[in-house]
Amino acid sequence: MAGKTLYDKIWELHEVRRDDDGTALLYIDRHLVHEVTSPQAFEGLEIAQRSLWRKRSILAVPDHNVPTTGLELGITDPVARLQVDTLNQNCDKYGLTEFKMGDVRQGIVHVIGPEQGATLPGMTVVCGDSHTSTHGAFAALAFGIGTSEVEHVMATQCLIQKKSKNMRVTVDGKVAEGITAKDIVLHIIGEIGTAGGTGCTIEFAGEAITNLSMEGRMTVCNMTIEAGARAGLIACDQTTLDYVRGRPFAPQGEAWEQAITCWADLHSDADAVFDREVVIDAQDIAPQVTWGTSPEMVCAVHQRVPDPAQEPDPIKAGGMQNALDYMGLKANTPLDQVFVDKIFIGSCTNSRIEDLRAAASVVKGRKVADSVKLAMVVPGSGLIKQQAEDEGLDRIFIEAGFEWREPGCSMCLGMNADQLGSGERCASTSNRNFEGRQGQGGRTHLVSPAMAAAAAVKGHFTDVREL
Amino acid sequence: MEKFEKFTGIIAGIDRPNIDTDAIIPKQYLKSIKRSGFGVNLFDAWRYLDPGEPGQDHSRRRINPDFVLNKDPFKDAQILLARENFACGSSREHAVWALLDFGIKAVIAPSFADIFYNNSFKNGLLPIALGSELVDQLFSELESNEDCQLSIDLENQVVRNASGTEMAFEIEEFRKYCLLNGLDDIGLTMQHAETIKAFEQQYYEKLPWLK
Repeated sequence: MAGKTLYDKIWELHEVRRDDDGTALLYIDRHLVHEVTSPQAFEGLEIAQRSLWRKRSILAVPDHNVPTTGLELGITDPVARLQVDTLNQNCDKYGLTEFKMGDVRQGIVHVIGPEQGATLPGMTVVCGDSHTSTHGAFAALAFGIGTSEVEHVMATQCLIQKKSKNMRVTVDGKVAEGITAKDIVLHIIGEIGTAGGTGCTIEFAGEAITNLSMEGRMTVCNMTIEAGARAGLIACDQTTLDYVRGRPFAPQGEAWEQAITCWADLHSDADAVFDREVVIDAQDIAPQVTWGTSPEMVCAVHQRVPDPAQEPDPIKAGGMQNALDYMGLKANTPLDQVFVDKIFIGSCTNSRIEDLRAAASVVKGRKVADSVKLAMVVPGSGLIKQQAEDEGLDRIFIEAGFEWREPGCSMCLGMNADQLGSGERCASTSNRNFEGRQGQGGRTHLVSPAMAAAAAVKGHFTDVREL
Repeated sequence: MEKFEKFTGIIAGIDRPNIDTDAIIPKQYLKSIKRSGFGVNLFDAWRYLDPGEPGQDHSRRRINPDFVLNKDPFKDAQILLARENFACGSSREHAVWALLDFGIKAVIAPSFADIFYNNSFKNGLLPIALGSELVDQLFSELESNEDCQLSIDLENQVVRNASGTEMAFEIEEFRKYCLLNGLDDIGLTMQHAETIKAFEQQYYEKLPWLK
């Protein structure tokens, strides 16, 4: 019999029951909750007079709507305020753990889960947010769910699921100097497409992946959903344990020893069989910049904007032309001649300490170009902000002309005041370049933190390694 | 949830691959704490020429006359036709709520994003995956045909066009059963409460640090 994949192992550990057709009940260890996708779930429970199955599995935080400036004023948008107030009331009413605004532990839900040790290897983790895939970096089976499923987990601690297919993306060899996790994952999406992982759980493997820090691994798993897969996974190793040890929600003492013995098995067996395998040569990866309105529309920075006329598939060509029209770009323009109006460094993809250090090292001693209207850094959590300030990173950014903001989702999706205006072009470290994502008519180019910092300094995209 | 009945309705096509959930319902409308009222903002950035904000009087907004759902007879569409990877992106169930609130009961596309596909069934919206050639055929029929009606029969798993041509589709038995009977998932799972409790007992014995 073939060995098991990491996904097989975590699934088996959590399968409560299974019907003949494969429909199963999957047990959920950690339920992360934020203000946008939970109010209707709490309301549903109330209407049906159902209680919460396991309150201690929940960790809640407001992040999507929170302002990143003028916190002393609270949330001035009344609609957004009602949503955050509703989360607070629901958490107070049911006695749930919540890091409210003003708590230094508050931040983006996918940043604070790992930061607190609330995400542990081998767990099942869900949240009403598609970027829950982030937590797969810890060898945890983590995926985004809709509000009905949020309510379902609250009421039953389980989800009705069918097992996905096993897919493995192996990035062989070492990446070149200056290539980051963001470049790796954008390159992968460019190769397999935004639906390349649909119906699958993707395990990322290979030397270039295992060489990444936990921050880098989270960046890769975060964008698994942009490749169509709900969940991404990376095996548990010493890097994982070193990150988790000592965090507030992590097991301590004897429990820790017990846990790490069990976690040693959190990898795919050598003879495991995957339904689909993709192998990528790390040496092929250059700094990436997206040029269109889907994350698969991505190129290396030294390439030109692709030409729809060269695309044989008419539907694809039509999609490319729509994207170029929306982005205000002409085919065959060199990407490093594209100028930007705004710079956003933040989001659940790239707002962790390593990301901020990478960007700061680029801007240190330099200035944001005059043509750039706004450059901002939004740390992923209050604790990251504090750490960055202790390291003096805030001074580096401010002296270069960046704004140093309070933590939250911010301009990744612009639910708060941080948005692009119509026609504005942004170098963004976030995860989606969809039409209107960062503001109606806004034009998003996804890049790594170092590449965003380089674009800030030059005013246009440039290979950070040549700066 | 209402039972999913056989129906005949107008089909409207949006000929784009990778239509994302941000396009289906833009983020500013996610601030609502309700499940209803999203229909007027379905495809907001494509449907209107002016920027939209929550709480606006939508009757005063500038309509994009070229957008399919603003044209007759598609204003009353109950079926949406699109290309690959429909509703990719965020997990927002608001995308499903907006489609339903507008009056859409079924979406036909060659493929769907996983989270949206799942969310649809929880709300009684039927996502129908048809082969690319069949979707091509439906798009060309839409272009040439005056009669833009399609019948959807979930029980027999077929889509039927006005001339009587049938296209069969696949659907998981359990999902079909829930839709046809309007069953609430939570109620179904609660029938297994004792099994879940028994699972927990052995689970936390095995992994005590999670207790």
